[in-house]
Amino acid sequence: MSAPLLSVKNLRVAFPTRQGVFEAVRGVSFDLGRERLGVVGESGSGKSMTGRAVLGLVRPPGKVSADKLELEGQSILNLPERQMRAIRGNRISMVMQDPKFSLNPVMKIGDQIIEAYRLHAGGAKDAARQKALEMLRAVQIRDPERVMGAYPHEVSGGMGQRIMIAMMLAPDPEILIADEPTSALDVSVRTEVLNIMDGLVRDRGMGLIFISHDLNLVAQFCDRVLIMYAGRIVETLAAKDLHNARHPYTQGLLNSLPRLDHPVERLAVLQRQDSWRDGPLEGERTETDFPGGL
Amino acid sequence: MLRVDDLDVWFGFPPDRVDAVKRASFSVAEGESFGLVGESGSGKSTILRAITGLIDSWSGTIEVAGQAVAGQKRDRAFHKTVQMVFQDPYASLHPRHSVDRVLSETLKLQGMGDIDSRITRLLEDVGLGQGFRFRYPHQLSGGQRQRVAIARALAAEPRLLLLDEPTSALDVSVQAEILNLLTDLRAEHGLTYVMVSHDLSVVGHMCDRLAVMRGGRIEEIMTVDQLRHGGATEDYTRHLIAASAGYERA
Ligand SMILES: Nc1ncnc2c1ncn2[C@@H]1O[C@H](COP(=O)(O)OP(=O)(O)OP(=O)(O)O)[C@@H](O)[C@H]1O
Ligand SMILES: Nc1ncnc2c1ncn2[C@@H]1O[C@H](COP(=O)(O)OP(=O)(O)OP(=O)(O)O)[C@@H](O)[C@H]1O
Ligand SMILES: [Mg+2]
Ligand SMILES: [Mg+2]
Repeated sequence: MSAPLLSVKNLRVAFPTRQGVFEAVRGVSFDLGRERLGVVGESGSGKSMTGRAVLGLVRPPGKVSADKLELEGQSILNLPERQMRAIRGNRISMVMQDPKFSLNPVMKIGDQIIEAYRLHAGGAKDAARQKALEMLRAVQIRDPERVMGAYPHEVSGGMGQRIMIAMMLAPDPEILIADEPTSALDVSVRTEVLNIMDGLVRDRGMGLIFISHDLNLVAQFCDRVLIMYAGRIVETLAAKDLHNARHPYTQGLLNSLPRLDHPVERLAVLQRQDSWRDGPLEGERTETDFPGGL
Repeated sequence: MLRVDDLDVWFGFPPDRVDAVKRASFSVAEGESFGLVGESGSGKSTILRAITGLIDSWSGTIEVAGQAVAGQKRDRAFHKTVQMVFQDPYASLHPRHSVDRVLSETLKLQGMGDIDSRITRLLEDVGLGQGFRFRYPHQLSGGQRQRVAIARALAAEPRLLLLDEPTSALDVSVQAEILNLLTDLRAEHGLTYVMVSHDLSVVGHMCDRLAVMRGGRIEEIMTVDQLRHGGATEDYTRHLIAASAGYERA
């Protein structure tokens, strides 16, 4: 088996707070191959923070540590900002959870995509413009010419999300970390956007970390799923087995979904147990394997 | 409680004018919960923003609790009656204001007393403990920020709540808690909701009726019962329902 694209061992992110040190990520380990890796888990469980830590985007006073954080065998843990910037947006991209917030509010959308593309591929401005239009069309933006000339506050929530995806895919990254990338999309647009990501994994061997709270979607779209709770991975599953999850937290998540074909008065809510914070982990292995092959 | 008639909303001037909402009409009875679903970019948020007075370029009628509103002018009584939870919680929270300040300012603005215990109660209601009270937005996760935005809207004890994708940033367990809270509040205080969501099962759970939007127009208004039992008449609605059954790899 060849080396994974990304290898993370015992990743920790800690913030000093008034009440003492708060550990947002507490010893996360996983390998990413050329696969669709889903990450689900409760709000505040450390999903976004894990992604940010990989990209070196945790701001001080937050502290990141790990036994290992390697991109294709090369350590990227706490690299100097200049080197990290060369990796970010080039070899690893991240679609942030707050897409509109991550766009520059005073720069036209078209100019932002063109800049992102040229930073990576160089070339003439005209060609980059064509490419930008093409990418906006690919993410189902209906009137790409108008959107190119618009500012971020002039587009809808779901459009912002798609623009961010188009921008992050422009440099053709080896790894894409997508943080709730489709949470504001209606289902038909969502399908198209997922197809694009799916194609990149299948045809170009991109590694995809797909953070989402949509369990059904993750079960259908991903190959493997990590379940996070309170900063740890409590269970790792093949996506198709998600509905047979063993950890009580994962089971609880599945039960709290509303269903169109099953109306209920009140939704089931989780009874969280303190023991989940530090209790035993399900399906834990030191070596992970890669469905889909490498 | 809410009547919207022949609403047009546009941005900019010809030739660049964008017609975001075209001739939209619907009304929501007191105590009813009404869903707005449809394509991304179809004008759902724009309708809510026009109602709350964030957009001046509109025509038609908007009536809240029997009072017609005009342009962008909304008085204090309006904001006591109507509150909105925005789609984009990051943009709607002041980056330098702590959770405590956000909530206490809203409470003071509405002339409420007993601020300290109200804040405690609000945070508990949305599933955030006291540990979050003095945090700033950048110290919160996406779902935690969204819950602060919901707590702020509830702080004013409004009668009409406009909710723009209120749970799309939340994991399903927290989503269940928030939806149950909204259900309880509606039962206890007879609140009225207008809720935008792309998740048909959430709309099915929360709403009595819904409007399906596409390209700035309301394509169809239906009951949740019709939604559940295949009673959609428009092709687009049927397509939406079929697609929400799940993702299949191409
Ligand atoms: N600057 C900070 N200081 C202290 N705590 C922080 C800071 N930033 C984030 N946190 C905390 O770290 C935890 C993990 O946050 P993270 O954003 O990773 O959550 P998440 O799993 O992505 O949740 P969500 O689904 O709500 O987006 C949260 O409890 C959050 O409150
Ligand atoms: N300030 C603005 N200036 C120009 N155009 C705008 C402005 N705000 C919104 N629009 C346009 O109006 C249309 C409707 O946007 P709106 O935000 O209402 O969509 P939405 O239905 O809420 O979509 P989503 O589900 O993606 O959030 C979009 O085409 C958008 O680009
Ligand atoms: Mg997050
Ligand atoms: Mg919207």
